[in-house]
Amino acid sequence: MFKWVKSLVFLMCVLAMGLCFSNVHAAEGELIGAGATFPQPLYSKMFDVYFQQHKIKINYQGIGSGGGINQLVKKTVDFGGTDAFMTEKELQEAGAPVLHIPTCLGAVVVTYNLPGNPKLKLTPEVVADIFLGKIKKWNDPKIQEINKEVKLPDLAITVVRRADGSGTTHIFSEYLTKVSSEWKEKMGVGKSLNWPEGFIGQKGNPGVAGYIKQTPGAVGYVELLYALQNQMPFASIKNRSGVFIEPTPKTVSNAAKVKIPDDTNVSLTDTSAKDGYPISGFTWLIFYKEQNYGGRSKKRAESLAKLLMWMVTDGQKYVEPLQYSPLPKEASTIAQKIIKSMTYDGKPILK
Amino acid sequence: MTKIDRSEKRFTRIILVSGLSIIVLLLAIFLTLTIASIPSIKTFGLKFFINKDWDPSLEKFGALPFLYGTLMTSIIALFISIPFSLAISIFLGEYFRDGVFSNFLRSSTEVLAGIPSVIYGLWGLFLLMPLTRYLQQALGTPPYGVGIFTASLILAIMIIPFSASIGREVISLIPADLKEAAYSLGATRFEVIKNIIIPYARSGILAGILLAFGRAIGETMAVTMLIGNSNFLPKSIFSPANTMASVIANEFAEATGITASSLIYIGLVLFLVTTFVNLLGTYIIKKIGLEASKEVT
Repeated sequence: MFKWVKSLVFLMCVLAMGLCFSNVHAAEGELIGAGATFPQPLYSKMFDVYFQQHKIKINYQGIGSGGGINQLVKKTVDFGGTDAFMTEKELQEAGAPVLHIPTCLGAVVVTYNLPGNPKLKLTPEVVADIFLGKIKKWNDPKIQEINKEVKLPDLAITVVRRADGSGTTHIFSEYLTKVSSEWKEKMGVGKSLNWPEGFIGQKGNPGVAGYIKQTPGAVGYVELLYALQNQMPFASIKNRSGVFIEPTPKTVSNAAKVKIPDDTNVSLTDTSAKDGYPISGFTWLIFYKEQNYGGRSKKRAESLAKLLMWMVTDGQKYVEPLQYSPLPKEASTIAQKIIKSMTYDGKPILK
Repeated sequence: MTKIDRSEKRFTRIILVSGLSIIVLLLAIFLTLTIASIPSIKTFGLKFFINKDWDPSLEKFGALPFLYGTLMTSIIALFISIPFSLAISIFLGEYFRDGVFSNFLRSSTEVLAGIPSVIYGLWGLFLLMPLTRYLQQALGTPPYGVGIFTASLILAIMIIPFSASIGREVISLIPADLKEAAYSLGATRFEVIKNIIIPYARSGILAGILLAFGRAIGETMAVTMLIGNSNFLPKSIFSPANTMASVIANEFAEATGITASSLIYIGLVLFLVTTFVNLLGTYIIKKIGLEASKEVT
């Protein structure tokens, strides 16, 4: 009587089991990653090339940095991606040592909509004052003073900020915290902040960019990559050495020409590099140091280590064509050293 | 037992299980939201709804601005949409029931209901936002272009099809003899609409309006794109604000700990508010439906 019911139940069980297994242990020879959305186009390109060369399929989902850390700690992915180095607390919650390697650099630019879209120069103090809501007009003497060659209009400044929690906001606020004590006190660092009243929030880089393009007098911050691809004007910013630096993939890479610690936990905002753009930062991949966990095979650990190694060496040649900023040599060397410290059952995976 | 008996039983069982699974689903959603919001409920309690600060860096949360934003946009949208949806339902249900133009108008309304909300948002960004900005410049308010007013406009357009299609359905069901009787007594068309059609169909029309209200409360994407996402109590109808649905959509992806829990707490409230609106709707429809049938027949 219940034959068909039984067969249905059996079928569902098989399906459910299949789903469970495919979730955690994808087919051998397929690696899973998840995290930051900022480097996703680059990773897609890299993984595509890697698949053609090494026949290893990699599935990366752009779910945000927070999600990437979460998924790694829950051990549902082989590696995570994050725009911010994991905090002390997050590292503790991970249960076992987690390693970070930088894969490329990103930057945040101040973009605006002004008649004729002139090239502007901004000092850290002016950027902070604009985003604290203290400078309200474009022809404010503070802006005019550093942009003598530009005739600035008598136009109200409409500040646009990210409405969603975002790595872009994090790096921008980290920079302003370093250069402005008032910002440090009132706003602090975070993926989402308690912005002053009257600022417009928009979702994602496209949201912010879309609003700015539509609104004369608007100013906001977006990823350099996004501004480049959409031909938006952006400001040169005075760095710590007192030089106005125009953000380009090159000047962003230059920001990493500083002493990088062994775990690569370094903040590049307000960089001391002379020719570096000051609102720059690494984006990282994160993974467990000891790879034998959750029943992972040695082969899987090896293919992960090889992939990571490729990404910081040969894979770097795909970075610049996509307008990302490649790792400087020193950073790549340190990343290689970190990958070589990965172990399986306590023994190094790569020689 | 014969074969027919068995298939009969089997069928009953299948319907029972499907029916029950809806209840289980509803409970599961409610429970999941409640459990996940416990940390926030413990920390903020009921003060959550009267506290107007939303500060992720200090981890101090209050949902008043979002509650206010949601209700404000939905109610304004409802008031803007009612004249239009009523007009469309009377036009299609009474004046022109068939014909090329009527069919065209009807399918246009239905297409309007099927457009993804992100498309509405984009369209709003490109058309409604600049228009609102001109209006704001003319009125001398800060020309943001986005805010409660713009979001309400887009919501109104989005919910018209819902109330209009139900209204049309109910109006076209009104017995012809009722209307004919009125005409034979010398009533004009407007008098028939005013004294027969609207009273007879009002429970249906109200049902449509409430359904539309429910949709407006929960609408996320288009509102997020046009409301300005400012976590403050709006000062005027043109101020940027935020709604419950859009603050969740914006901040949940990167939220952890108490922030995530507070967002889920908002989700729980949203769930309860929509449930309440639906229950209220059912109640009103029942009550008015009874009265109306008594009055007219």
